[in-house]
Amino acid sequence: MLVPNTLGWLRVPLYGVLVFLYLPISVLIFMSFNKSDSPFMWTGFSTKWYSVLVNSPNIMEGFKNTLIVAIATTIISIVLGTLLAIGLARYQKSSALEAVALTPAIFPDLALAIGLLALFTSLHLTLGLHSVIISHALFCMAFVTAIVRGRLSQIDSSLEEAAQDLGDTPVGTFFRITLPSIKPAIIAGGLLAFTLSFDEFVIAFFTDGPSTPTLPIIIYSMVRFGVSPEINALATVVLLISALIVTIAQRNVKVQDQI
Amino acid sequence: MALAVKSEGRDAIKRRALLSRAVFLVPGLTYITAFMLIPLGFIIAYTFLSRGTYGGIEFIFTTENYTRALDSLYLGVLIKSILIASTTTILAFFIGFPVAYAITKLPTNRQNLMLVLIVLPFWTNFLIRTYAWIVLLNTQGFLNKGLINMGVISQPLELLYKPSAIVLGLLYAYIPLMILPIYSALVRIDPAMKEAAVNLGATPAQAFRQVTLPLALPGVLVGAIFVFVPSVGNFIVPELLGGGKTIMVGNLIRDQFLKARDWPFGSVLALSMVLMLLLLFFIQARVNRRVLGDARA
Repeated sequence: MLVPNTLGWLRVPLYGVLVFLYLPISVLIFMSFNKSDSPFMWTGFSTKWYSVLVNSPNIMEGFKNTLIVAIATTIISIVLGTLLAIGLARYQKSSALEAVALTPAIFPDLALAIGLLALFTSLHLTLGLHSVIISHALFCMAFVTAIVRGRLSQIDSSLEEAAQDLGDTPVGTFFRITLPSIKPAIIAGGLLAFTLSFDEFVIAFFTDGPSTPTLPIIIYSMVRFGVSPEINALATVVLLISALIVTIAQRNVKVQDQI
Repeated sequence: MALAVKSEGRDAIKRRALLSRAVFLVPGLTYITAFMLIPLGFIIAYTFLSRGTYGGIEFIFTTENYTRALDSLYLGVLIKSILIASTTTILAFFIGFPVAYAITKLPTNRQNLMLVLIVLPFWTNFLIRTYAWIVLLNTQGFLNKGLINMGVISQPLELLYKPSAIVLGLLYAYIPLMILPIYSALVRIDPAMKEAAVNLGATPAQAFRQVTLPLALPGVLVGAIFVFVPSVGNFIVPELLGGGKTIMVGNLIRDQFLKARDWPFGSVLALSMVLMLLLLFFIQARVNRRVLGDARA
């Protein structure tokens, strides 16, 4: 090796960026266990803000709405995204189509949001959780497509061809060969779709109806009025849910490869 | 007879292939067409229409929305947004590149762990990550308290509610999107290329500048797009960390749709964002082709 394998001064940016990324979150989590009503004075350990959350009908309702949206979005994204990924990998190799399939993931969320609002309005569709689900599935599907497509390009298609040559039906091949081999990617993609929808604010803000706010919409209306111990507790719960799900996803597929 | 059977078989196979292709591709592509391409068409159409009295649009053709966007007031907002997003992107590069480079020097299992740690916050709630900075930087917040207790300052510093706080918030939110593509570009570089440069008499610094840096350029560009695009259209960070004092184009678009109810004008602004994205991808594709072409030559 000509290049010495020591980090040297590179330790500074490496560990510096970790401090930068985790310091604000850590302070937030720490402050959520503060006994004081003041969000700034530490007066002792308490979990009372967590019971405030559980006893807040507003927040629990928002949590329920968000779960409905995230679960429905995940199901739609998995079905459409997986089919599309297989189609792109096995039946129609086209870089233009692939670009179209992945665009919803990188398209400015605000532009997607107003476009969808314009569409729903012109269709006279009443806004509610269903319109959020339709909208979330659009960009979440692109993430599933990307991850499953990535997995399909790593595995050999000759097994599928062999099954077909031996007289298996396309449907049989799909369920016996293709699906099992891409299962980890589908799980990872589904988990990420769930997290993305669970935390998504901008598109939900534009496409949700007033009577069914999702949790991010409730969080937005809370954080606009500044710091409170109740938000700290809610934020901690929401952060940990996402972190847990993404960590599980990461065990199935290297998520960093998909960005 | 045999021939007929054979061609019938071929037809059946062809039909089956066509059917599978349709089964796999049509649902997803229809969904994208219905909920992305058609809405995009709506936005483009709206830019040429007039605003309705109570929001929505009226079908009267006009180009006034475009001339209005060129008004110095709105052009100023657009330029300020581009400046803030560019500053964020440049800072993300100068911090992100050494980080990505450092990760490539780690043993493989440590590399994966580090990448997970860097990407994990990105997948969590954006509002909360932005809010966390208010907790930290508030005049009564953690940092000010700490600095006062240590005797570094006597009066709390006003760290929030200015453009630098917006840049900080955006940098915090999107820096993983700069680090990951640069890392992927760096790990793909064949170590032999660098060794060859050194063997031919290049100093390590020269090898870095003339081999590593150009080959990492495609990754840098992808990272730059991934940081710039969501930054320029962001309305949450300017509102929460900028205190609503600095208006960015995202705030303007949000207000045109939800407050001022001028959808055609909001559409022009949104379209400008989409066009910026397309322009950046165009540049990236061209640079990519040149770098890869050079590498092959």
